[in-house]
Amino acid sequence: MSMVIQTTMRFLMLRVLLVVIAHVVLASPPPASAALGGDETTVSVDQASMKGTLRSTPGKAYTVHEIKAQTGTVVREYLSPAGKIFAVVWQGPFLPDLRQLFGSHFEQFSQSAQNLKGQHPRVRGPLLIQEPGLVVQTGGHMRAYFGRAYIPELVPQGVPIEEIQ
Amino acid sequence: MKGTRICILILALFAVWTLPVGCGGGGGSNGSSGSSGSVCGSLAAQTIAATTTNVQPITVNGGPEGIVNSAYTSVTVCAPGTATCQTIANVLVDTGSFGLRLLSSALPAALYTTATAGNLGECVIFADGSYVWGPLQEFDVYIAGEKASSVPVHVLDPTFYAIKMPSACLSGGGPNDDTLAELGANGILGIGPIQYDCGNDCVNDTLYPVGQVYPYYNCSSLGGCVKTDVPLSQQVQNPVALFSTDNNGVIVELPAVSGPTASVNGSLVFGIGTQSNNGLGSATVFTLNPNYLYSFNTIFNGISYPYSFIDSGSNGYFFTDSTISKDSNGWYIPSSTLSLSATNKGYNGNSSNVCFSVSNADSMFGTYPHDFVFNNLAGYTVGYFDWGLPFFYGRNVYTSITPDGNGSYWAY
Repeated sequence: MSMVIQTTMRFLMLRVLLVVIAHVVLASPPPASAALGGDETTVSVDQASMKGTLRSTPGKAYTVHEIKAQTGTVVREYLSPAGKIFAVVWQGPFLPDLRQLFGSHFEQFSQSAQNLKGQHPRVRGPLLIQEPGLVVQTGGHMRAYFGRAYIPELVPQGVPIEEIQ
Repeated sequence: MKGTRICILILALFAVWTLPVGCGGGGGSNGSSGSSGSVCGSLAAQTIAATTTNVQPITVNGGPEGIVNSAYTSVTVCAPGTATCQTIANVLVDTGSFGLRLLSSALPAALYTTATAGNLGECVIFADGSYVWGPLQEFDVYIAGEKASSVPVHVLDPTFYAIKMPSACLSGGGPNDDTLAELGANGILGIGPIQYDCGNDCVNDTLYPVGQVYPYYNCSSLGGCVKTDVPLSQQVQNPVALFSTDNNGVIVELPAVSGPTASVNGSLVFGIGTQSNNGLGSATVFTLNPNYLYSFNTIFNGISYPYSFIDSGSNGYFFTDSTISKDSNGWYIPSSTLSLSATNKGYNGNSSNVCFSVSNADSMFGTYPHDFVFNNLAGYTVGYFDWGLPFFYGRNVYTSITPDGNGSYWAY
């Protein structure tokens, strides 16, 4: 009898543990697709994530998809003629979830951000990551966040990066 | 943009070139250009207030982790309505954030333990993508002779519901700053121009931001940490606004320096125009623009940056100038000292030219490894001009406080 109870208890505890693990995993799902480096369809994923409005402005060198959230936070995604999001820019009172915006590039960004922090003399201010496959600038202050990320090899020829703001 | 490119082209053609007026003061010219000096003049005479009931001493000395251009002060916190108190040294003076945040490791058990903390947690992401996390707790806050009662304070405690911490806190990409080594301070005294650290977006749950980093969470061991609304009065907020007097703003006063220096001492003055030592005098008022996240406009190299700001918590001038070389951290490293200028414009139309110099950061750090005051330190950023602590040397910089930023201002 006591063995049965113990087994049942163990089974229950295992179930609780599994539920907890599932909860933790489900609470932070990896983004299915994301803007940076992705194709045009990922814009609507980001729009849905921010429950924002979308305004698209086609241009000669690239198309700008601007997502505006209810908070006023704005994300601009730059689509190349080759059909890739080569840059994302953000500004607003809340930082957009960069895991969603960066997708598969988030890990590289995060690793670099953590490494830079250990360097002296330390910057108290904006962060600059310059790597072959990824350039990220983040900055601003409380209630006013700014940033830009781009993939250098995806930037259309002849587009000066200063233009991407 | 076009004008700027033409200017850069001219600069490229003539390696040594006195900047034409239309280009503004910046660009890639080396050496000092005579024209900018006459535009800006020199700094006005400065009086630094002596320590008294509304004046707290501050110091720029590297602090506990040797971080340059960071101003520190001390703050006393007490359990509300009691004499159980602790004075916390090395708290960063930050006009770029709102509210008092203290490391849990700097608080004695009589004032804070993780076990007795409440359920309301907050996560805040800084400009560099790093984050702080921990519960809110009320303290009476004493600075100089001023007192604010029952102030909601953010306690930075990585062990607070650690495994339940919202994953959104990680979305800035940076490390956790809840330790002395990472924060480089025992806390942050956020005394910027807005009272509340979130405001109305955190009061009404129909406005909860999604796909963005929300700060406030209600935590429980079973339910984890879920977004929650927090009334303004209970949000983390600028403690100066809760003083019974001298509560409408602050002045940060630091002396001028001629070059790299080990340390400087100055004053943090409470109130604007409330005492004989905190009048505006001849300072120019620049109101904040509600259409640009309560910033002001800085015009540099002929380009307007309407999201610009003054921030004692930034340790350099940060702006965009792609003609200046930078190191891997983003510090500018020109081959010789540059004399630059920019124009600040308030929402009220007031404007002023500011001259500043940029020296090679890496050379300075190498030559002066024991110094922590660098008036010519600048770095790269995109989207705004950040007038960090170097701007404060030799100026008394006023920061007013209003609940939401409307009508608030910087003055100098």
